[in-house]
Amino acid sequence: MTVAGSRKATVTLPSDTQILITREFHAPKELVWKAWTTPELVRRWWHANRGEMTVCEIDFRVGGKWRYAMHAEGFGEVGFHGEYREIEPFERLVSTEAYEGIPDADAHAAVDTLTLTELDGRTLMTVLVEHPTKEGRDMHIESGMEDGMQDAMNLLEGVAAELR
Amino acid sequence: MARAATTADAFNAVAEPRRRQILDVLAGGERPVNDLVAHLGLAQPLVSKHLRVLREVGAVEVRGDGRRRLYRLNGAALKPIHDWVQGYEETWSERFEQLDVVLGELNEEEEGR
Repeated sequence: MTVAGSRKATVTLPSDTQILITREFHAPKELVWKAWTTPELVRRWWHANRGEMTVCEIDFRVGGKWRYAMHAEGFGEVGFHGEYREIEPFERLVSTEAYEGIPDADAHAAVDTLTLTELDGRTLMTVLVEHPTKEGRDMHIESGMEDGMQDAMNLLEGVAAELR
Repeated sequence: MARAATTADAFNAVAEPRRRQILDVLAGGERPVNDLVAHLGLAQPLVSKHLRVLREVGAVEVRGDGRRRLYRLNGAALKPIHDWVQGYEETWSERFEQLDVVLGELNEEEEGR
């Protein structure tokens, strides 16, 4: 294991329509922000070792659209898209996120809020995924569960479900 | 959708903070409802309502012991949620490990200036 590998992401369920992801990085928030919002940098980490990223489009302005897609080994193409709602440089980013693998993806889009808080050169990141309805949350969960039920698909579990 | 409905319901049952508290207490062993009322500081009808939701998804089971009813945790019903969260966590952990590599390079570039 690398040193980085010891810092696991923490996932909690604050309410019945929310998922919260938390993680600390050994870098100032300006750099985390840059890596999160620059297409050629996103391409290098978003794939989570599940395959190759095939699309990474970022129109970084309020009202601008984004779209990520990847070819996940053993699963096929998975795509996500959304729109930037609020941009507070280096600290807060609100965007919508639709998983293209479910019907009426846009109607069930989640709202994601990224926050970055820096302390002593380290940055605490939180990503709050809020589904507009319990139905949307259930679809998100269920799309992941079906694959998760097959052992061979374990690695793809997150990608299949929601992975933005 | 139907076959996963129970799981989604369990997720729902567990998303409520008070119900998670109940599960935490029951993780320590079987308890009568009065114990749960004392632990949570809630009115008994409210605790009973939460217990009913948890029983409906199988997260909690009950048995009679004389005049008392004892509640206990059924971890198996919660396993799908645990597995889902774990899978989600693993994917994000791997993603962030890649991000660490990118950040390491950006850090070096900054320092090199």
